[in-house]
Amino acid sequence: MPVITYREALRHAMDEELARDPNVVIMGEEVAQFNGAYKITEGLLAKYGPKRIVDTPISEAGFIGMGLGASMLGVRPVMELMFFSFYSVAFDQIFNNAANVRYMSGGLINCPIVLRGPANGGTNVGATHSHTPESIAAYHPGVKVVVPSTPVDAKGLLKSAIRDNDPVIFLENTLLYGESGEVPDGEHLVPLGSANILRHGKDISIIGHGRTIQLALKAADLLKEKQNIHAEVVDLRSIRPLDEETILASVRKTNRALYVEEAKPFCSVGAMVACLIQEKAFDHLDGPVKRLNSIDAPAIYSPPIEKLQLPTVDRIYQAALDTLK
Amino acid sequence: MSKKLSPAKKSDEAAGYNARQAHINARLGNDELIALYRDMMRIRRFEERCLRSYQQGKIGGFLHLYIGQESVAIGCVSVMGDDDHIITAYRDHGHGLAVGMGMNEMMAENYGKYTGCSKGKGGSMHYFDPSRNFWGGHGIVGGQIPLGVGLAYGLKYQGRKGACLAFMGDGAVNQGAVHESYNLAALWSLPVIFVIENNGYSMGTSQERSSAGPSLAQRAEGYGMNWDIVENGHDVLEVRDKVSQALKLAHEKSLPSILEIRTYRYRGHSVADPDTTYRHKNEIEEYKSTKDPLMVFQKAMLAEKVLTEEIIAKIDESARAEAETSAQFAEASPYPTVEDVQKDVYWEADNPADRKSQGTLFFN
Repeated sequence: MPVITYREALRHAMDEELARDPNVVIMGEEVAQFNGAYKITEGLLAKYGPKRIVDTPISEAGFIGMGLGASMLGVRPVMELMFFSFYSVAFDQIFNNAANVRYMSGGLINCPIVLRGPANGGTNVGATHSHTPESIAAYHPGVKVVVPSTPVDAKGLLKSAIRDNDPVIFLENTLLYGESGEVPDGEHLVPLGSANILRHGKDISIIGHGRTIQLALKAADLLKEKQNIHAEVVDLRSIRPLDEETILASVRKTNRALYVEEAKPFCSVGAMVACLIQEKAFDHLDGPVKRLNSIDAPAIYSPPIEKLQLPTVDRIYQAALDTLK
Repeated sequence: MSKKLSPAKKSDEAAGYNARQAHINARLGNDELIALYRDMMRIRRFEERCLRSYQQGKIGGFLHLYIGQESVAIGCVSVMGDDDHIITAYRDHGHGLAVGMGMNEMMAENYGKYTGCSKGKGGSMHYFDPSRNFWGGHGIVGGQIPLGVGLAYGLKYQGRKGACLAFMGDGAVNQGAVHESYNLAALWSLPVIFVIENNGYSMGTSQERSSAGPSLAQRAEGYGMNWDIVENGHDVLEVRDKVSQALKLAHEKSLPSILEIRTYRYRGHSVADPDTTYRHKNEIEEYKSTKDPLMVFQKAMLAEKVLTEEIIAKIDESARAEAETSAQFAEASPYPTVEDVQKDVYWEADNPADRKSQGTLFFN
């Protein structure tokens, strides 16, 4: 199987869907002539031309709302946010319009739109550019939220998201763009709402999403090496819909649960999952569900300290030991 | 680049401008003229019946009445073609009736009933009928305007005919999303007409207290767009003339424009507005007695002998009866059930046989 980067996997997904469906259009700041601020869309303008690959002005509320209006007619816009942090200037369009139009029209109108872009810290760009809004997005019924952590999932989930008839918020990570992995050529779909067990284990379930769950794999190595602890590592991949069954089955097996994520702790996805576990697998727990998040403050700029504000392999390792106490 | 659609406007009266003689109106037959009157009357009577229902406690939340502005929706929609689309804000009853929605489904929506156009899920501010190219009914001031641009973009992208009329009130013109929309429409030559229904007040704040610049439409010049003002927005024929010119530009050259239509509302911003703090009763009475859209058109059509007292009485009676019937229909209709609350949220949840995703979509 070919080994490609997360960045290339996203590009392949868009390329294949552009070729498959004439209603798919890629839009965003610098996606065309500039070849993408993070080069995700590199080469697509040359291949598909300016009708399908559209540079927008810096005008998120305008162009996201515009894409949404076009989606009501059956166009399938894939909108790139250069940083997903910029969603805040389009909040009304995303959460009042995209999330609610189907509902308020009594199901008469669909909005098949994808909003994608990197939503992460760790790149020394300060608090304004480092938001992790997955729990804010998933709070809104009507939208779906996806967070791929590997190249193979980036491709499979993006293709599924583009074909989805509901609005999908697709959160990437700039620190993963250069990561490589095996990705099938051609048709490869990962259904939204299916978690993936990255490693099987019997002693503790480390559950999470995004880049942090990849760090958890390294923490799992350390746990095995130093403590002979066998951690099961579960990547949610999709926040809404949520694969409750896989989460609960893992916890019922290991009896211990730790949720890891880059987001801040208050009302995070981990808070939601911890709540679900205590409600539906309480009798299987041998201890409290723990969570590991970024240190609860705006993203600090200072490069060496920002690394430590985010979850690290060492902090995940330590949190796992705390969970097992 | 930008220009006024009808540069001679200021001397319109001096030049003997007569909307009745405009190309779009001169060819109207008696039946069509009578239909314009009837359609405006249907809005008036529907709105009056809505008010009564609201006062009876049958309608919850907000109720933004269109009384006084009837000539705008009817004038605009009457020149739209089958390929044209329309989107508006929350004062949407007039547009709903104008595009052909039924009073029953509209009143039932106000009552929060399952037989409503949105199954009781949207309410008065959120009417939709995509089968008639009517895309709402939107509650946030100015928030619908990017969607209107998107409809125009979608038409152009898919190579379809038609344009989009994107309505807003004068209070919306200072929202950022509206300016972003102007820019995109002009930048990409999209077939959209921004219709500003300028009733003089953004809620309780008059235009001079909220909007800088000589006119709301003239802001188009900053974006190189065409613009125009319908000074006599109470005249359904003048509305038709100016809108049809803007539509022609959109249809033939795929050019956007801004059309400011000067109009007036007789009731408060919503029914919850006691309407006592920001304007004088005299102002309302003055407008009613000199510029009421129904009265002005009725007079003109009586003079032309298109309308007769008998036809007028019949139209009035019929509109009242239709509105009354709609209230009875709404009253007799069932509410949605608690189970309905979680329907129409996700397409996939409502179409389980075609669902591709897995996992939990709802969390209680």
